[in-house]
Amino acid sequence: MPAPDDNLLDVENLRVSFGTERGVAKVLDGVNLTIRRGEIMGLVGESGCGKTTLARAILGILPSNAQHEAGSIRFGGEDLLKMPHHRVDDQIRGRRITFIPQDPFASFNPLFRIGSQAREVMKWKSPRRPENAGRGLFGFFSRYPRARRKADEADAVEMMRTVQIPRADEAFDKLPHEFSGGQRQRLMIALALMPQPDLVIADEPTTALDVTIQAQILKLLKRLVKERGVSVLFTTHDLGTAYEICDRITVMYAGQEVEMAPVGDFFQRPSHPYTVRLLESLPKPGRELREIGGEIPGLIDPPAGCRFHPRCTHATDICRMERPATTSVSAAHALRCYHPVGATVLP
Amino acid sequence: MSTAIDVLRKLLRDPAAAVGLLIILLLVLIAIFAPLLATHPEAIWDMNPRQRLLPPSDMYVFGTDRMGADIYSRILFGARITMVIASVAVGAALLIGVPIGLISGWTQNWLGEVLMRVSDIFLAVPQIVLAIAISQTLGPSIENVILALSVTYWPWFTRLVHAEVRSLKNETFIEAAIALGVPTWRIILLHVLPNVASPIIVRTSIGMGFTILTASALGFLGLGAPPPAPEWGRMIAESREFLPQAWWYALAPGLAIFLVVMGFNLLGDGLRDVLDPRIRRAGARR
Amino acid sequence: MREAPILKADSLSRYFPVRNAFGIKTGAVRALDGVSFEVQPGETLGIVGESGCGKSTLGKALAGIHALSGGAIAFEGEEISRLSVRERRAAAPRLQYCHQDPGNSLDPRWTIRRSLEEPLVVHTRLKAAERVTRIRDLLRQVGLPQTHLDLYPHELSGGQQRRVGLARILALHPRLVVLDEPTSGLDMSVQATVLKLFSELREAFALTYLFISHDLSVVRMMCDRVAVMYLGRIVEIAPTEDLFRAPQHPYTQSLLAAIPDIGGRRVTDTFALEGEPPDPARLPSGCRFRTRCPRAVAVCAETDPALRPLLPNHAAACLLAG
Repeated sequence: MPAPDDNLLDVENLRVSFGTERGVAKVLDGVNLTIRRGEIMGLVGESGCGKTTLARAILGILPSNAQHEAGSIRFGGEDLLKMPHHRVDDQIRGRRITFIPQDPFASFNPLFRIGSQAREVMKWKSPRRPENAGRGLFGFFSRYPRARRKADEADAVEMMRTVQIPRADEAFDKLPHEFSGGQRQRLMIALALMPQPDLVIADEPTTALDVTIQAQILKLLKRLVKERGVSVLFTTHDLGTAYEICDRITVMYAGQEVEMAPVGDFFQRPSHPYTVRLLESLPKPGRELREIGGEIPGLIDPPAGCRFHPRCTHATDICRMERPATTSVSAAHALRCYHPVGATVLP
Repeated sequence: MSTAIDVLRKLLRDPAAAVGLLIILLLVLIAIFAPLLATHPEAIWDMNPRQRLLPPSDMYVFGTDRMGADIYSRILFGARITMVIASVAVGAALLIGVPIGLISGWTQNWLGEVLMRVSDIFLAVPQIVLAIAISQTLGPSIENVILALSVTYWPWFTRLVHAEVRSLKNETFIEAAIALGVPTWRIILLHVLPNVASPIIVRTSIGMGFTILTASALGFLGLGAPPPAPEWGRMIAESREFLPQAWWYALAPGLAIFLVVMGFNLLGDGLRDVLDPRIRRAGARR
Repeated sequence: MREAPILKADSLSRYFPVRNAFGIKTGAVRALDGVSFEVQPGETLGIVGESGCGKSTLGKALAGIHALSGGAIAFEGEEISRLSVRERRAAAPRLQYCHQDPGNSLDPRWTIRRSLEEPLVVHTRLKAAERVTRIRDLLRQVGLPQTHLDLYPHELSGGQQRRVGLARILALHPRLVVLDEPTSGLDMSVQATVLKLFSELREAFALTYLFISHDLSVVRMMCDRVAVMYLGRIVEIAPTEDLFRAPQHPYTQSLLAAIPDIGGRRVTDTFALEGEPPDPARLPSGCRFRTRCPRAVAVCAETDPALRPLLPNHAAACLLAG
């Protein structure tokens, strides 16, 4: 296991619950996650697994009915959950940790031109902005010196070219609806990389796109982040996409992380029963489709212990009582299971 | 439907809506049992010159009016008039407006457009002016007030239903019904109408309040039932020459109108809160 | 000697006029632009393509939800596209359409019982007791408990709603079912369950499927033949394995090259198709794929290739193929 200070992001035992009308939903149940500098970590899971909540917790944008019950999120050594809010707002979110949302058709303000939205980002989050620059009164009266503005705009146009937006210098004057879904995601990638962040959280960025456009976007994203040495937390429910772009993969099920491995190991030696069954349920020519049986549990009254136990063929009493601790299958391959599977699954 | 009981339960949890419901219930009970509740049921029509313009007392709860009749009893009987005018006017508007809205919302052709323009024309007519015109030609009466009100109120229902039907038409379950080969009339009556019932109910409640207010204004102008009918608006008109000494004369009917209109509005708002999010949740999946 | 096809589509087209601010027609979006194909009884034909290719419009046109601008549909030998609304309704029972989420096709204010009975009430003369027997059978066949009859859709889980929606479609014992994106947006494990259900129902009811999807791996698993669509046309049609192993049209080749292959080559390393589909209201002259095609030559801008057979049972619309 790598030494703790090699990790850019270190989520430890994070426990978050949501208060709802029907009860308290235990959305994250002691989740561990690490991301190293310059790596693309895939966060894979189905609905209700908590990957979106985890991404929001890191960004500090959990909804008001969310309760942080335990655990820490260490970013560059500091715990984000203990940091004063204004520091998180000003220096972390949108600056050192940026976000690419899932739906390209809803992520831009339809009334403002791309140029003004990009300028907005750079005014507050440009790497040239001094750290102690004040926000003025409620964000008004803050200064945007002309020299910095010109330099920022040049950077923005350059970034548009890098993400292959046709006629980048004219793009600034266009409205979001004049761009296709794929182009909007390119713009979002540009906006996410302009502040020169350390970590980009990409929340299923290609789910809403056609497969040929998806291939282009994944190729672009991978190249850009590797060139810049930026880490990425890439959430997805599609294992194929994870295979394409990720260096390591963490699988979550119903609010618990169950397996974490480098991508090669993950697909050749999956060890958690859920991971194995998941891979078996993917359509593959020549192989019969295997269902998992049962349904994903609700989070208000989840199964005790390991939450997969009601659907697991290997489950025993201890699985029903206490959640397994993290064990190692090999140097970089971690697992939370009492009965790991030894078989090799694919290709 | 079992959901009606759910609605009631949720409604009672909202204090404002519960108050509204209480007021309306009281109004209905008063209208029905007025003869039993009034202290001077026989006196409302009589002239009692020696008792005129007496301030509130033990015998006359709200005082007496210029004819010497007990204002309290007149208010109670006036509730009947109010309920009749409001129910019939809004009921008629419903019966005219909803079917027109259903047709114009569903058809994509010229018929829908024509119906909407017709409803626009009626919407542009000011209620009070039309009521005056009708009364001038046909004489002042409750029936004419009801006529004027329903003729000018039905477009509100039409617009509401038209918009809802338009958006409902794109819903998956309507498309599925079409694909299954369900006849159009059946889709509109059994699928579309129940799903637009909620906004119609809300609009009805608020419409009752609105109509009562307008009816009172018409009564105030002398266009409603001729005296000595105990119509609240007319009572306020009568009180004008005796203010400010006989303050009770205007206060009682004014308070009655205020409470009833507020009651319907509170109920309508409460219904909207209860019915709308329930639809969203019932339609939401996963 | 082959059986007569159960469905025959001939030059189907559906145009949407594009109007400017004055309401004058300036062009047309050709959602369907001359689509022809046949479906054999008992087979599962896949229709694949990306957004804007017209596959959804095709499905809805076949089901009678959308009107056609041109072309003819023959179902079980009978011409159905020119029927009046009432006559089309009479044909509906045997040709059914399944929405992407069949659970959404249920009226939220109706009990399951009522929703399941509706097709029977509208199309058959069964008595109430017979209807109930039929409904109970259906529930059993889709794997749902009888107690669900008196519940409302929102009281069931998503998966259960889906099964009810399917049961309703099968109530009239259709012969052909159009499945429109049946696995879109589903979790991986749920997808497996749904596909199994479709396979089982196919056996139990001897169904013919028209399987519309953008997910090629699912199509490969479920379909006997596949048709690839691009901007309103079929550009290639072939038996499944032939299409996947030896695609003839450059678009099909690019499409297959874009699919991630776990354990195999990485798309992000090998993928080469640039650009985006052109504006559907302003299609390029000649072949509509030529603006992105890696093999386009001068003649591609002049002639609009028709779907021509290259190998037995395998046709493609490309001047350079074969």
